[in-house]
Amino acid sequence: MKYIDEFRDQQTARRIAAAIKQAAQAERHYRLMEFCGGHTHAIFRYGIQDLMPANVEFVHGPGCPVCVLPAARIDEAMQLAEQHDVILCIYGDMMRVPAGSRRSLMQAKADGADIRMIYSTQDALQIARDNLDRQVVFFAIGFETTTPATAVAIKQAAAAGLENFSVFCNHVLTPAALGAILNAPEPVTIDAFLGPSHVSTIIGSRPYERLAKEYGKPIVVAGFEPLDVMQSALMAIRLVNDGSHEVKNEYSRAVTRDGNSKAQTFMTEIFELRDSFEWRGLGVIADSALQIRSEFSTFDAEKRFVIETHAISDVKGCACPEILRGQKKPVECKLFGTVCTPANPMGSCMVSSEGACAAYWSYGRHRVCQDVNKPHEP
Amino acid sequence: MSLDLRNGVINMGHGSGGRATSELIETLFLKHFDNELLRQGNDQACFNVAAGRMVMSTDSHVISPLFFPGGDIGSLAVHGTINDVAMSGARPLYLSAGFILEEGFPLADLERIVISMAGAAKQAGVKIICGDTKVVDKGKGDGVFINTTGVGVVSAGVNISGDQARPGDVILLSGTIGDHGIAVLSKRENLDFETRIESDSAALHDLVTVMIKAVPQIHCLRDPTRGGLATTLNELAKQSAVGMQLREVDIPMRTEVAAACELLGLDPLYIANEGKLIAICAAADAKLLLSVMRKHPLGRDAVIIGEVLPDKRQLVQMQTVFGGQRLVDWLMADQLPRIC
Repeated sequence: MKYIDEFRDQQTARRIAAAIKQAAQAERHYRLMEFCGGHTHAIFRYGIQDLMPANVEFVHGPGCPVCVLPAARIDEAMQLAEQHDVILCIYGDMMRVPAGSRRSLMQAKADGADIRMIYSTQDALQIARDNLDRQVVFFAIGFETTTPATAVAIKQAAAAGLENFSVFCNHVLTPAALGAILNAPEPVTIDAFLGPSHVSTIIGSRPYERLAKEYGKPIVVAGFEPLDVMQSALMAIRLVNDGSHEVKNEYSRAVTRDGNSKAQTFMTEIFELRDSFEWRGLGVIADSALQIRSEFSTFDAEKRFVIETHAISDVKGCACPEILRGQKKPVECKLFGTVCTPANPMGSCMVSSEGACAAYWSYGRHRVCQDVNKPHEP
Repeated sequence: MSLDLRNGVINMGHGSGGRATSELIETLFLKHFDNELLRQGNDQACFNVAAGRMVMSTDSHVISPLFFPGGDIGSLAVHGTINDVAMSGARPLYLSAGFILEEGFPLADLERIVISMAGAAKQAGVKIICGDTKVVDKGKGDGVFINTTGVGVVSAGVNISGDQARPGDVILLSGTIGDHGIAVLSKRENLDFETRIESDSAALHDLVTVMIKAVPQIHCLRDPTRGGLATTLNELAKQSAVGMQLREVDIPMRTEVAAACELLGLDPLYIANEGKLIAICAAADAKLLLSVMRKHPLGRDAVIIGEVLPDKRQLVQMQTVFGGQRLVDWLMADQLPRIC
């Protein structure tokens, strides 16, 4: 616990805040995109924006795995549970995201589908072992952080001949998302990135080097503790001042340049690049996601079951796509706080605890909704 | 046929209302809850009441697992209802106990629960004076559900209610948060982790008595159970149509609870407590109230955690440990473990 306290020390926070005030040049405006929902969450939970000078602005990025998954994929998972009678194992945050006809997996569960919230891929394997007469599908989502665990589960299932287990793979790649933001038709002004932390423990900081150089933006790999976010902001401001396009690693206690080679080996053994994948907000991006290699296709739910694909449009007026690209702030969405609240979410960014809209609403509503006199009820 | 308390299980006959039910009542419930009202064997308990206002509250307990560090469903069912009655400033007198048992539930576990209930009630000086038992088919219950209803009397001059918080009032908390929820979570089947945390489950009416004796004009009392401190404060803010300002540094928490929350990605402000209370009183009374709370074993870690503010939006806000400001919102749904 000493470890946690050290990263939440008030005195250190004040010292970094003072250094940021000094480093931020008065005539400039700094737009720093924090890539991950974990960063956004820390900024709001600890009120970090209050400690920043007025010309340092955080722009929230797309690094929320639940947020970037298009509704069609949730709909497909729901088909597995409802039409193929499988036990669908999911990470908790997926439960409440509205999919087709604004129906969520939680509603499907209430209607009788066998959907189980799990904490790790090992739970899904155990459920498969305990229910050999049923098909068990793990709804795999997430960036590179969660991918190795899925790879290991498939390896274990293969080794044990666990034939009733399969994976509905939705793993996506961080550098591709970063590239899509920088490459957008109307790119948003960003001076520097606070790069992914947990993801980088796996892939290292090297994959960002090409992007930083090509697009001329410094990237600081930033931890999720509030002091990490502040220290990374300071490093990013200094890099912007120097006109540097480097990748710096603030999260050096966990991230190396080359990452975790063992985890990478597992990933390459089980997964290969998908030609393209549709992201909510970022659209269809080539080489941005993973699929299960043909050698392990018996564990691929997309091969094992016939899944129909339907296009599902987002709720009219929902600005999740623009918010995920950093082009809008949650409060600029017409639905924010009026029809869209965590109790009645219209888009994924209001559902996930890592979503920017949920962070604004749950931690920062006092700041942004001065006119909304309507008290919120659960 | 006598009840095999060591190896026997509940069967549908125990809920039939016939001989087996009667045997279960006599060898288990009556034996352990024993008191003169229960012993009369009527379908109701008849008792005298003091003049004044009476208080009544009910609570159903459906916890999983049934046994956890620091308590079990039995003690919890007694403490939970006593506390709900006590938060009006009342002295709890009697409890009812309704059991819904699942076919196949081990009698040994049931006896353990009943003994625990009886012990908790005895320690609290409250009698369990009527009850009911039903049995449901296997698969239609979760072992055992217990409903308890409590009655109590409140002294003249005490007017404690959730709508009494006023701007300028002070918010007190009787001790550390999150102990119960984390102790229970640590024993969940799919989430076993090693921790020394015990549930704080306790009857708070004695603490309330000393508080009222010192400051009869306390405005609000409430125990932050399900939904945790954050949700309970939001309820009070809404009922009283006020805002609140808290200081995160002043909210006490055990290191183990903070560490478990960190590991699981949970916010301790939303974790359940079963032996803590929030008190709101006029600023002028706060010092005295705090000092009497701290002299009581169940309030020795009591602290002032914030103030009541005028706010039409009824928001609960908090100065974070960093000195920034955040909102402390209602609990939206059960907190979900992090995935990234």
